[in-house]
Amino acid sequence: MDEPAGRCGNNTGVFRILNSYKVSFKNFCFKKSLWVFHFGGASCNNCDIEILDCLTPRYDLERFGILLVGSIRHADVLLVNGSINKRDRERLLEIYEQAPKPILVVAIGACGCTGGIFAEGNTFAGPVDKIIPVDAYIPGCPPKPEAIIAGIVKLVKSV
Amino acid sequence: MAVYLFYLIVFPGLLFSAVTGAFLSWFDRKITARVQFRKGPPLLQPFYDFFKLLLVKETILPKKGSPVMFLLSPVFAVTGAVLASVFILLPLFNIVSGFKGDLIVIFYLLTIPSFSYVMGSLASGNPLAAVGGSREMKLIMSYESTFLLFLAGVITKASGHFDLYSVINIQQNTSPFIASVSGILLFIVGIFCIQAKLGLVPFDMAEAETEITEGTFIEYSGPPYAMIKLTKYIMLFILPAFLTALLLNGISLKGVNILWALLKITGIVLLLTLIRNTNPRLKIKQAVSFFMVWMNLLAVAAIILAYLGY
Repeated sequence: MDEPAGRCGNNTGVFRILNSYKVSFKNFCFKKSLWVFHFGGASCNNCDIEILDCLTPRYDLERFGILLVGSIRHADVLLVNGSINKRDRERLLEIYEQAPKPILVVAIGACGCTGGIFAEGNTFAGPVDKIIPVDAYIPGCPPKPEAIIAGIVKLVKSV
Repeated sequence: MAVYLFYLIVFPGLLFSAVTGAFLSWFDRKITARVQFRKGPPLLQPFYDFFKLLLVKETILPKKGSPVMFLLSPVFAVTGAVLASVFILLPLFNIVSGFKGDLIVIFYLLTIPSFSYVMGSLASGNPLAAVGGSREMKLIMSYESTFLLFLAGVITKASGHFDLYSVINIQQNTSPFIASVSGILLFIVGIFCIQAKLGLVPFDMAEAETEITEGTFIEYSGPPYAMIKLTKYIMLFILPAFLTALLLNGISLKGVNILWALLKITGIVLLLTLIRNTNPRLKIKQAVSFFMVWMNLLAVAAIILAYLGY
């Protein structure tokens, strides 16, 4: 989201301040409205259930502007959970390429972060950060909804 | 000339209706959240969504599609919605009296957004978007005839006056049209037509996000999707305002009456939200027969009753 240095000759003073306001406004809107797309690899479904739990009345992530969207073209955050095997690898790469940038990637659960018990498996194609760049890790098997919310809050603060 | 530009861009047009519509969209989401015992998004959430899509996200063009049509159709949608908002809100706010027959113009302008969604989805070259587009087309074909019958009913009740200004005037001089049997029937028909025009839940089969992953809008990202969001905000304001003008004797902006005006429009949006939250999605076949048979019958009954003076 970095703006190139202004092309007009007078780039000192007012223009620089305006530019910094523009960038901070963009960042503010971005972190206030993160739309989430959920990619499940070869998951045992526990993390999927905990992710859905975050959107239920008890935890209600919509109060932070977080929505679950159906199409990757609308997404700002790509949640990846489950162990990524050789077939999932291609799909994950394709999904990542189809996403409009800037996109944040969050690896959820032990399988997403490190591979967990599948790390030495035959079909395992590496944890998520070997395939695409990851912005936040939320470990746990499965992580509690509170842990997922804490991770998302840290991610939002780092934007 | 400057006055017309002001009408189009600032007061009843783009800026005003978009801002009001955004607040109504927040209201809709908040009520949805309260119905589900959640807390709901903050007040400025629709603005965050819009500016994020407009300023931050990148636009992706589909590989196998027609990029010009794909990018132009959201612009057409916004244009249609803004023109419709000007034609509806100027007589409603008692600024300009409009012209004879502007109900027909409004009817055509209100169909432009839906048609643009269809064009955009078919131009994107995505199979799921094609499914969504064909469903949207069938839905348009089924509810437009009902909407026309609804307008015919209102015109019958206004004893043959074709323009919005005199429809409002007749109601303000006598009594609102809804205070009669045919008026109540017309209100029911109108609410369901608006629900289908807005693509809210019983009739959201074109963008069913769990089934065909947002259907018509699947390939849109960034600024074009922001345009679509803007169209949705504007439509969420002007359609309830149109219904208010046609059946609930319009609004007036003198003193306490502003509260009445707010109450009428938010009341209609509340009704739409409650219908949306308490119903499952229909199949396209069910929606077509719902409009083509039942709603048309109801509208025809209302016209006959209005003709007989009930």
